[in-house]
Amino acid sequence: MRFDHRHLLGIEALRPDEIATLLDLADRYVTLGRQQEKHASLLAGRTQINMFFEASTRTQASFELAGKRMGADVMSMPMQASSIKKGETLIDTALTLNAMHPDLLVVRHPHSGAVALLSQKVNCAVINAGDGRHEHPTQALLDALTIRRRKGRLHRLTVAICGDIAHSRVARSNILLLHKMENRVRLVGPPTLMPAGIEDFGVEVTHDMARGLEGADVVMMLRLQRERMDGGFIPSEREYYHRYGLDAEKLAAAKEDAIVMHPGPMNRGVEIDGTLADDINRSVIQEQVEMGVAVRMAAMDVLARNLRARPSEVMA
Amino acid sequence: MTPTELRVTPTLITDARLIDPEADTIREGAVLIERGAIAEVFDTPEPDIPTDRVPSEARRDARGRFLAPGIVDIGVKVCEPGERHKESYKTAGDAAAAGGVTTIVTRPDTDPAIDTPETLEFIRRRAREVARVHVLPMAALTKGREGREMTEIGFLMDAGAVAFTDCDRVVTDTKVLSRAMTYAAGLGALIVSHPQEPGLSRGAAATSGKFASLRGLPTVSPMAERMGLDRDIALVEMTGARLHADQITAARALPSLQRAKRNGFDVTAGTSMHHLTLNELDVADYRTFFKVKPPLRSEDDRQAIIDAVKTGLIDTVSSMHTPQDEESKRLPFEEAASGAVGLETMLPVLLRLYHSEELPLPALFRALSLNPARRLGLDTGRLAAGAPADLVLFDADKPFILDRFKLRSKSKNTPFDGARLQGKVLATYVAGSPVFEAD
Repeated sequence: MRFDHRHLLGIEALRPDEIATLLDLADRYVTLGRQQEKHASLLAGRTQINMFFEASTRTQASFELAGKRMGADVMSMPMQASSIKKGETLIDTALTLNAMHPDLLVVRHPHSGAVALLSQKVNCAVINAGDGRHEHPTQALLDALTIRRRKGRLHRLTVAICGDIAHSRVARSNILLLHKMENRVRLVGPPTLMPAGIEDFGVEVTHDMARGLEGADVVMMLRLQRERMDGGFIPSEREYYHRYGLDAEKLAAAKEDAIVMHPGPMNRGVEIDGTLADDINRSVIQEQVEMGVAVRMAAMDVLARNLRARPSEVMA
Repeated sequence: MTPTELRVTPTLITDARLIDPEADTIREGAVLIERGAIAEVFDTPEPDIPTDRVPSEARRDARGRFLAPGIVDIGVKVCEPGERHKESYKTAGDAAAAGGVTTIVTRPDTDPAIDTPETLEFIRRRAREVARVHVLPMAALTKGREGREMTEIGFLMDAGAVAFTDCDRVVTDTKVLSRAMTYAAGLGALIVSHPQEPGLSRGAAATSGKFASLRGLPTVSPMAERMGLDRDIALVEMTGARLHADQITAARALPSLQRAKRNGFDVTAGTSMHHLTLNELDVADYRTFFKVKPPLRSEDDRQAIIDAVKTGLIDTVSSMHTPQDEESKRLPFEEAASGAVGLETMLPVLLRLYHSEELPLPALFRALSLNPARRLGLDTGRLAAGAPADLVLFDADKPFILDRFKLRSKSKNTPFDGARLQGKVLATYVAGSPVFEAD
């Protein structure tokens, strides 16, 4: 197995075979997670620190659980509350934590590129848990794992990604990953929620939901990130739901066995119909959560193998 | 405006290749300097001048290197008052001298802003005391650069302000701007604007396009530059003010500029060394030393801007020298400060365009020296008898690798750290006195 990265900062730097490696490994952790005894010991004695500079419950919980199942000592720092408010810079915070000799930092930050910046200043492995509008690699990996398990493959699929592409790091990481694995990616949403230059990403772009979903194997809904809106991207929630909210009627354009995904947390009645979200025949939203823990364990696994021996071990 | 005492002994620079932006030529020749001015320009490399007129120790053999009028750099930020740890008049002057810049035209976006005759007098005194090159200050157009009330334009002109600008803070209230421009027009004052539609460019850190979208950076369309320029040109038509747009960096803005000039409006435009030599992709993995304002553009834009400098549509090129300390750059890209230092590096960096045969040297020095001097009503920027002896002697070919820690500026925020460059300043003369000599 080859995985020559010290950090997991984004999908952009990964090769297709590395992605496959991660997913293979994650499959094994899915199995482990379904057993009564859920522990692996690869990270025993290692320290994992979660630094979330942006509010998150689900992702942070997922990383915390993944770390604990891998045997690490896990600490979650409430970054919003503490030092940032006291004016400490990101790099100083990183250096402070680095001095505590963590082995793994899991970082989420509201600014694009901030996690990469931090990774340059520390000695340990860093996992990007989402940076601004840039990347959210473990989300794309868990989505890929879900698709692969449901569809039996991760290539030559038509995947429609719908909603607020412009503000979404989930969309960027997914576009990159699905592209690397040779799938057909369609982006669906109002033009105000499409990033500039998107046509050059090797994707199809449409503003019409029916056309976008036509023949799709996978329908990936994005959260309408209201907290990111400067205001005025869409006229109203109800018009958005009417045109882009996923319901059974719109889903009829997709393949009969198309699966519906959502990174959560959902806005029921804004981007997705509540009944559809709960339809266990179509919706894989709960499965995505399970895959999330497994994928994060796999990511920790490959990074742990590349962790440098600590000074005490070198001396021994 | 003379920073150094006039040198009484003459100097003769022989065997030089003279870059004459007025005549648009390069020719072999010699230059005689007397009393701080160019006394005579010879068309022969070794003119026959008796040693009782110019003693042999006052002769300098240029060995076929280039001699050009010194650079007049409009829009230099010296961080006095307020942030002297980033750049002082001493260090800015040293950096300028080492870069062949003989006149720096300073920005008023200091803390506090240069918006009263008293603060202007303070920096003029500081400059006189410690700077080796000519320093001409610009003053703020509105008090505190807040875009609400015009400054004392008349008093500031009397105190030596050569132009009025709120720098990168666009005056959003068009009524305020129109009145300031009307008042300035009555005094013949030059307004330097930052063409940008501030609503559209709010919060932006990059130019919209594939690259910025991949990086997830907040962006602005280059169209915002054209909108800003269009508004400012309309105000020129309305008020009769004299306008210089500080940086035109987008191809989309060029037709507006061309139209304004064709219609005979008193409008000129500049661009920056960075927009001529770098594009948006240079930001790569969020390298904050490449964050400038306006943000770096596409390669197509860069090519169009080079072409506009070549044809003269864009009049001036400047360094937009903006010192920033390490702390303000060691931040996530969106939060990091904008700007780069350039006084010392501008000439070697721009010589890239000469080596790539995109811009001939006379056209380069027309934009670096002649046009900015003309726009400010200065006699310098020319290689002709009677002009001030503000000169730069340089070797256009000498290769070197730039080490940012060797820069004379207090701040080391150059995007060209580690870059392979060709071209070195050998000597800089201000009013006939050597203010810089290469080792």
